[in-house]
Amino acid sequence: MAELAIEAIGLAKGFKEVEALKGVDFRVERGASFALVGPDGAGKTTAIRLLCGLLKPDSGRVSVFGAGPAEPAAKAKLGYLSQRFSLYGDLSADENIAFFAEIHGRRNYASRRDELLEFTRLSPFRDRLASKLSGGMRQKLALACALVHEPELLLMDEPTTGVDPVSRREFWEIVAGLSRGGMTVVAATPYLDEAERFDSVGMLDEGRFLALGSPRQLKEGFGWTVVEIACADARRVARILSSEEARGAGVAAAQAFGDRVDIFAGDGEAARRYALSALAREGLAVASSRIAAPSLENVFMQLLGGTKG
Amino acid sequence: MNGRVGALVRKEFRHISRDPGTLGALLVVPLFLLAMFGWAISLDVNDVPLLVRDLDHTAESRALTAAFFSSGRFSRMDDGRDAGEALDSGRAAATLELPRGFARSLGRGETAAVQVLVDGSDATRAATVIGYVEGIVMRFGAERITLKAAKAGVALPSALDTRPRVLFNQDLRSVNNLVPGLVAIILIISAVISTALAVVREKELGSMEQLVVSPVESWELVAGKTLPYATIGLISAALVLGAGFLLFGVTVKGSILELAFMTTLFVFACLSLGILISTAAPTQQVAFLASAMLTLLPTFLLSGFVFPIRNMPPIIQAITWLFPTKYYIEILQALLLKGVGIGSYWRSALALLVYALAAASIASVRFARSRGR
Repeated sequence: MAELAIEAIGLAKGFKEVEALKGVDFRVERGASFALVGPDGAGKTTAIRLLCGLLKPDSGRVSVFGAGPAEPAAKAKLGYLSQRFSLYGDLSADENIAFFAEIHGRRNYASRRDELLEFTRLSPFRDRLASKLSGGMRQKLALACALVHEPELLLMDEPTTGVDPVSRREFWEIVAGLSRGGMTVVAATPYLDEAERFDSVGMLDEGRFLALGSPRQLKEGFGWTVVEIACADARRVARILSSEEARGAGVAAAQAFGDRVDIFAGDGEAARRYALSALAREGLAVASSRIAAPSLENVFMQLLGGTKG
Repeated sequence: MNGRVGALVRKEFRHISRDPGTLGALLVVPLFLLAMFGWAISLDVNDVPLLVRDLDHTAESRALTAAFFSSGRFSRMDDGRDAGEALDSGRAAATLELPRGFARSLGRGETAAVQVLVDGSDATRAATVIGYVEGIVMRFGAERITLKAAKAGVALPSALDTRPRVLFNQDLRSVNNLVPGLVAIILIISAVISTALAVVREKELGSMEQLVVSPVESWELVAGKTLPYATIGLISAALVLGAGFLLFGVTVKGSILELAFMTTLFVFACLSLGILISTAAPTQQVAFLASAMLTLLPTFLLSGFVFPIRNMPPIIQAITWLFPTKYYIEILQALLLKGVGIGSYWRSALALLVYALAAASIASVRFARSRGR
């Protein structure tokens, strides 16, 4: 077995009013990437904070490269990107990176800094104050600050929340590059499309894992065929396709997304034919329909519905 | 200094240099306060405009009037105008009326009435003026009696002659009291308030988490946050002492070495207090309010800076013991004005030491706890 970057066993943490994490186990191998996904309040942030030693678990334990996360051996290998990119607005991009290099005891960081600025495409803005950078640039600068001491493990807490879609994609491309370079990456994110990029995914809800595995395993375990129906009034369509009658016709569930409804069935083609005729009866127009591969979103919504319904 | 503390100190100085407000508050405002208190706001009462209405026009009435002006406390206003109007308009702060028959009454050995009206809208000033008036009138009376007795060939037992001599602040200038108080206030602003704000700012910004995750140790963070403000506070205090000497001739009469040592002790107590406040305050506003309430206000009100502690009710006097500034100001007064050594102020020094150690211990325990849970 490959060396473990992270090992979490029976991790539990409660606060005054909520039990944020109710005992979770997971392992991340060196060089692998792991995403923690789930709705707000699922315990993602708590898990990340436990991993980087900001919180101490009530029970269970975490080890980072074989050491406790708050021990110097682990700290030296750890880069942390928090939810609010905590930069100093009155310092320039250069000065922010320099400060984080220096507090990690790095003295000759000039070339590393140039490399990171290049890598994040911030070189033209290196003398600009951090407060004068756009949201996407601040996020990349925060990433550069977290990487300047050449950590082996990058921990990120919802790094793309509040960042525009173009910057988001650019950000994940940078992270993918790091991952290819051998860095272990662990991120919490509420976006399931982002989780698709990871080697493995832990789906958290109310402090427990609903599922844990690679995106492929999770989708294969889903067991249903997905039919995507593009239509105008997605909510109404989903309601019609969740009826008793639809269930009788083999439609296991229907999920409304912005401009489409996904239905799950054992026999995709039969379900598609049923749906089209049912909607035609109601006088609802269907733009297109097709059999599709399940997404992590389908899997997670179904799991959430299963536990909550 | 190790690299991490150096990095933190450099960063803090960058923050300070990019926020002109902070540096201004720490270096310029104290000098402004000194100038303001030294020149504009004098607590001394001199040149009280006095309106005299002498209706008697005798040698005696003129002698008493002359006694008022020769005291140097009063300046003369034109006689004869309406006393009430002069007081109302504020042109006169006091009026002296010598009724007709003043000399005659004196000559007969009767009680001679003299009316003095004092503007009481400024109570402190009025009290001082009344003191001057009583002193001048009593001396005048005593001189008359002695004179009369001598004429009659009666030997009087020597009259009581009080001649108060003020030590340590011979001219009773308020600026002499002000410099110690101002030095204390500057150190409080930079050491308590700025330090607390600097730490809480990191919490608000979220960068505290980055520091906790980094290899920076608690003591390094505390050193990195306190050293810059301690330095600026000490420079500012030195500036005020220098300006006090140049502008107002306030000198350090005692040992400079003791002054430096005691100031360092006080700064240490203040920094501990600042860190302690930062562990409890969630936002910069709370930190500012808490430190202002706990340190600045008591310094102004309860340390004897503006209001003498001796005049406070016992319960308030007891409260003044809770704040370290009181001890430091006592020490400063001893060193700056009295020029005495530690033998005279060791009680205050000991109290300050105990205070500093207690604050530092509580602060370090709380700070370490607040960083990891």
